[in-house]
Amino acid sequence: MSKLSREDILKLARLSRLQLTDDEVTQFESEIGSILQYVELLQDVDLTDVEPTYQVNGLKDVTRPDEVVDYQADPKALLKNAPDTEGDHFKVPRMVA
Amino acid sequence: MSWEPIADIAADVQAGKTSATSLVDKALKAIDDHKEFAAIIATTADRAKERAQAIDARVAKGEKVGRLAGVPFIAKDNFLTFGAETTAASNILKCFNAPYQATAIEKLEAEGAICVAKANLDAFAHGSSTENSDYMTTKNPHNPDYVPGGSSGGSAAAVVLGLAPFALGTDTGGSIRLPAAFTGSVGLKPTYGLVSRSGVVAMASSTDVIGPLTTSVEDAALVLDVMAGKDPLDSTTIDRQADYTKLDTSLKGAKIGVIKEYMDGLNPEVKTLITKSIEKLKNQGAVLEEVSLPSLPLALACYYIIVPAEVSSNLSRYDGKHFGFADKTAKDLESSYNQTRSQGFGHEAKRRIMIGTYVLSSGYYDAYYKKAQQLRTKLVQDFAAAFKKYDFLVGPTAPSTAFKIGANINDPLQMYLTDIMTVAVNLAGIPAISIPCGTVNDLPIGLQLMAPQRHDRQLLAIAKTAEGVIDE
Repeated sequence: MSKLSREDILKLARLSRLQLTDDEVTQFESEIGSILQYVELLQDVDLTDVEPTYQVNGLKDVTRPDEVVDYQADPKALLKNAPDTEGDHFKVPRMVA
Repeated sequence: MSWEPIADIAADVQAGKTSATSLVDKALKAIDDHKEFAAIIATTADRAKERAQAIDARVAKGEKVGRLAGVPFIAKDNFLTFGAETTAASNILKCFNAPYQATAIEKLEAEGAICVAKANLDAFAHGSSTENSDYMTTKNPHNPDYVPGGSSGGSAAAVVLGLAPFALGTDTGGSIRLPAAFTGSVGLKPTYGLVSRSGVVAMASSTDVIGPLTTSVEDAALVLDVMAGKDPLDSTTIDRQADYTKLDTSLKGAKIGVIKEYMDGLNPEVKTLITKSIEKLKNQGAVLEEVSLPSLPLALACYYIIVPAEVSSNLSRYDGKHFGFADKTAKDLESSYNQTRSQGFGHEAKRRIMIGTYVLSSGYYDAYYKKAQQLRTKLVQDFAAAFKKYDFLVGPTAPSTAFKIGANINDPLQMYLTDIMTVAVNLAGIPAISIPCGTVNDLPIGLQLMAPQRHDRQLLAIAKTAEGVIDE
């Protein structure tokens, strides 16, 4: 299961929104393959009927009052870190052809 | 360069015997004098000096400044702070100016502490050596040919070099304790949720914690005491214990389990030192027995499924639209994502994103991600069983001393194995601390102590006693 092909790496890259060079594909093919081979240690363990643990400190469904809190955030200051803006908006390349 | 205990520094500032300004100057000079170790990405000099002057003015007026009055500190550069950019040592966050500060930073500042610089790390805290920093590799203060450990390597090196009395780190799978062990400092990983993660660049949200790196357990306890507690901005935070600085304890009768799985297969020289430390605890009246946690050998495999899964999710926010680096040549949205992320992320981040994407993808989710979360239950159960018999668990922090710069850089699996003795603690959410326990070939070794969740004060107390005994 762990042996990944070049095509597998390219598919993972596409899902991850990454564009890889040919050298990177070759490198990741071997690196990710060996890491997946290592984590397959788990495949031989019988974990039938063991509940998964997603959260470790016992908290459940933490809620807060549905109230507006004024954090005094300045939209202009937030927009300052954006690569491209127009007015009070983030600017992105066209989405629909 | 060295510093008095943090409580003493703050008392002297409050009493007007020392000025905050002189302390900040001392820290900034130390940073300047030790540039060759590459521990620091940037200083927050201007803001630090302004804050110091304000504190000195308040002292002159007779005002109470706080429990950390004028104490300089260094934050790992994945903490959002004012006064300098917050980069997480990544190219994709180069030029990012935080619009707000991390809760931990706010709490420290409210008690008069002064952030003077941002420390180097493996980019996004992905690594065990700081070699994955997109900017530079931090050198081990004991020998510049060796790594300081990671990912909080800059913070650990900074404390050992005396650049500030304490530094902040983050620990997702050992990133505070490992560099503490490799540099001979004290590194505390608190219970999951004890310190707010708000304003800290997320790596793996179900295991990330924040903690101090210091030169003594007492200093670590004081810093934790200021940072700990619930925060409305982080819904995973838990209630704190009353006073983490109450550290009086005796080892007499303390029941400590020595983790078999960590003692087996240790480098023999490390094993000798760890065994010697354990003997010293015994001589103080502690009861030490070998204990087995059978799932531990599988913890690293479990960790390297769960953590990349969370990493791939947390790093999806770097889209080149809201903040951070962006490739502006792209003509359409999809290629702008692809080009931005390909240029902005380093090799390690890309690898973890793809592994995480793989283990979460349909067809593999049950075989990898779910199975790892089931094994996590086994680990939690192993620790619970051990803590029924023992108050604390003990073992080494790492299987060996620091390795040479470059030694593991082309073998990611070998690099990951550095964390083999630290990751289980994060998966179970329990607190642990690494304290120095000697050197092999002039490179430090760390002793790791662990306690049940929400027993951070007891852990600090026993660590303080152990620190005194081992030092003798």
